[in-house]
Amino acid sequence: MSSSEPLAPHFKQPLLKTPFYRRARELSQMDSFVPWAGYTTIDVFTSVEQEYFAIRNATTLYDLTPMVKYRVVGPDALPYLNRLVTRDIAKLKPDRVAYCVWCNDDGHIIDDGTIFRLGQDEYRLCTADRQLDWLLDSAIGFAVEISEVTEQIAALAVQGPTACAVLKAAGLAGVERLKPFEIGYFTLGEVPLTLSRTGFTGDLGYEVWMTPDSAEAVWDALMTAGKSRGIRAIGSQALNVARIEAGFLLPHIDFVSAEHTIRTGRDRSPLELGLAWLVDLEKGHFTGRRALLEERRRGPVRQLVGLDIEGNKPAHNALLYTAADGMREVGSVSSAIWSPTCKRNIALAMVNAPYMRTGSTLWAEIYLNRELVWERRMSRATVVERPFFAPERRRATPPAEF
Amino acid sequence: MAGRAQSEVDCIVVGAGHNGLVCAAMLARGGRSVVVLEAAARMGGAAQTREFAPGFKVSAGAHLLHLMPAELMRELQLKSNGLNWAAQSLPTTALSPSAAPLTLGQGLSGADASAYADYSVRMRRFGAALAPMFSKLAPRLGTDAWSDKLALLRLGWQIRKLGKRDMRELLRIIGMNVYDLLQENFESPALKGALGFDAILGTNFGPRSPGTVLTLLYRLAAESAAEGGLAQPQGGMGALCDALAKAATEAGATIRTSAPVARILVESDRAAGVVLDSGERISARSVISSADPKSTFLQLLGPRYLDTGFVRRVKHIRSRGLAAKLHLALNQAPRFEGLDAAGLGGRLLIAPSLEHLEHAYNHSKYGEFSAEPLMEITIPTVNDPGLAPAGRHVLSAIVQYAPYALKQGWQAERQRFTDTCIDTLERVAPGLRSSIAGVELLTPLDMEREFRISGGHWHHGDLAFDQFLMVRPVPGAAQHRTPLEGLFLCGAGCHPGGGVMGIAGRNAAQQVLQQAGP
Repeated sequence: MSSSEPLAPHFKQPLLKTPFYRRARELSQMDSFVPWAGYTTIDVFTSVEQEYFAIRNATTLYDLTPMVKYRVVGPDALPYLNRLVTRDIAKLKPDRVAYCVWCNDDGHIIDDGTIFRLGQDEYRLCTADRQLDWLLDSAIGFAVEISEVTEQIAALAVQGPTACAVLKAAGLAGVERLKPFEIGYFTLGEVPLTLSRTGFTGDLGYEVWMTPDSAEAVWDALMTAGKSRGIRAIGSQALNVARIEAGFLLPHIDFVSAEHTIRTGRDRSPLELGLAWLVDLEKGHFTGRRALLEERRRGPVRQLVGLDIEGNKPAHNALLYTAADGMREVGSVSSAIWSPTCKRNIALAMVNAPYMRTGSTLWAEIYLNRELVWERRMSRATVVERPFFAPERRRATPPAEF
Repeated sequence: MAGRAQSEVDCIVVGAGHNGLVCAAMLARGGRSVVVLEAAARMGGAAQTREFAPGFKVSAGAHLLHLMPAELMRELQLKSNGLNWAAQSLPTTALSPSAAPLTLGQGLSGADASAYADYSVRMRRFGAALAPMFSKLAPRLGTDAWSDKLALLRLGWQIRKLGKRDMRELLRIIGMNVYDLLQENFESPALKGALGFDAILGTNFGPRSPGTVLTLLYRLAAESAAEGGLAQPQGGMGALCDALAKAATEAGATIRTSAPVARILVESDRAAGVVLDSGERISARSVISSADPKSTFLQLLGPRYLDTGFVRRVKHIRSRGLAAKLHLALNQAPRFEGLDAAGLGGRLLIAPSLEHLEHAYNHSKYGEFSAEPLMEITIPTVNDPGLAPAGRHVLSAIVQYAPYALKQGWQAERQRFTDTCIDTLERVAPGLRSSIAGVELLTPLDMEREFRISGGHWHHGDLAFDQFLMVRPVPGAAQHRTPLEGLFLCGAGCHPGGGVMGIAGRNAAQQVLQQAGP
């Protein structure tokens, strides 16, 4: 990106660089970049522990520019989105954000994401995967325009207990009045910013939306303002620990998009993922509604649950059994960590009926590599409520001063 | 919106084409109160008789009846409801500018004569074996319903019953193209052209397109359930619809013309009736649409009541018509060289060879009409003089290929195509041009506008492997049901497809009648 670097042809550098790339490069100690939605992004800057504890104790900057963004605008934008997603978007007021999932005809999830209502007939849809074809096919018969705006908007997550204080110190007056899932408009010096009180950490936090050309100035201003409040740039690994504690699902990890699965029975419905609260079967027709009604009538076959597992070894990819003898397999773990804040060994897992009930006891088959000697351990796992960690500060308005 | 009346019936049938009327008649006989709503001022849809020049009448679409099951015609007592035949068992004659006419089944050379006899018997056997599949509901795949499993088993048994040799032969040829099949069997180009024509009439294919043996077998299967071969209703195809309408009204159905449906009403996620263009609302427990699937789902119902994947599939139905209809009012009977009187009353083909067919098709692939189009011609006035003033005649021709999406647009090319067609006719019937008193050309675009068929496709969608049986019109709408409770399809877009057959209308009515309640 810098003028001294010769521009390599695109096929030699297939991954795009975000507008924060130069700053990330400067701060990266591990040189640990990973591809994300066509961009190269940081996995770890210094160490996962350091970065994770900054999320829970200070403020963190996380570059979420690669998140796919679509602009949805037109007189039918509302009916269009209401037919697309399972939640009732008619209830979403201007300058508010809603977490949503959308399904295929079988009621199986294609993706999850957030819908920002930016005006009367203008919305932004943030998704994990590119899916313009599905969005356009869903628009047949609706007076709505859909365009991808991923490259036109830079985005930075500012998350952690001192996040509000950092933003205030940077000059965003009134940011403390922003309620969870609310959108606000601010200026940082001369730079106009859109803020939403949203995030993927389950903590106090904001997402800052700006034009790519102002990205570095915003980064620098926040780093300066946050210096005394422990601000730190983080990579995806630390964020992953926080999101599991918050009980949030990650596409491709905790479910596979119904547009991507090849094998039958690998798709997941929102009911199976424990997202029934996002499904409004009474709001009128939406894609997958008839299938979800039928699924509700039949009752659940399996469900995604939280697990609290004995010991301190994360149950990565563990199969789950009804008893320690490992004779009857009833599920498997999709995300697992040792939670540094909860001091619990937690996991997200898909469990067959009827073992998904809270309080059920299961056994997780955990493999441990001890200096190249593999050991197998059966650990007792209890089905527990999610989220594992939900501090009051995530919702407090105004947030505490620091 | 003023004066919006409100009424209620058990069933609304959208469209008074032959399938809509068959469906209405069966439903009324089943004790349902039925109203048929036809957008046009007259019934029949594409199966109507129309006056295209003062005193000259013609069947607007198909001009021969050969696919409607005899059993259905008896059941609806079409004879006593006024249907008479002007002629039955009509011969097919292939015309050529350079050779004498060839009437199928006659005058073949030694090798072709015996090959033709064998071929006819074998293909008719195959058609008959497949016939039950065509006349009944298409079995669905992946269901637990016994009816589906039985239907699949029956189909398997029908094929197995042919015996080992014929079963192998059927399975060998069923996915082939008709060009290869006919090359294997015959020598005469004229014979191959005429036989190949049946495989591609009304389709989006040339003889070398894969799946054209299937379309041929499809036609033979339907013909095996009909009786009387190629037949011409007295008074044109409209007379059939008049008889169907009479059967329907006598059973208690009401038929309203000039009553275009604006949209299908949905209440509590089920079809609840329709609103007419006039604003009038009619409530019903079931709405049965004989309109094509695209019109039904995308226009009358609207995508917002359907899932995205389903809408995507409907949108992708291949339904661009390639067949035009040419009507000529003639001051005297046309003279085709070497054709006898019996031949003149029959079905005449301009399909001189398979190569000619394929070349004609090539144009359509690139949005052009054929330079030397193929034709199925009848002179309906030979058997039914009442269609024209005394001593005068009508020529009715189905012309291929005339693509719906013509590169230059139909407005610009209409006259040039008409001239091309007349030139083609002039070559087999010299002097024809001078006797022309009136001309009408119906392009696929005209048929779309006039008969409200998306793409102007005669069959409401190509007949092809991927638009057949349980995947016709699309997965999720087999067996005449749709994703919306209370909404049914009964038109040519359903299995078993188009042609003046009436099976879709009958089978749809049976599905509606199976519903609980009145």
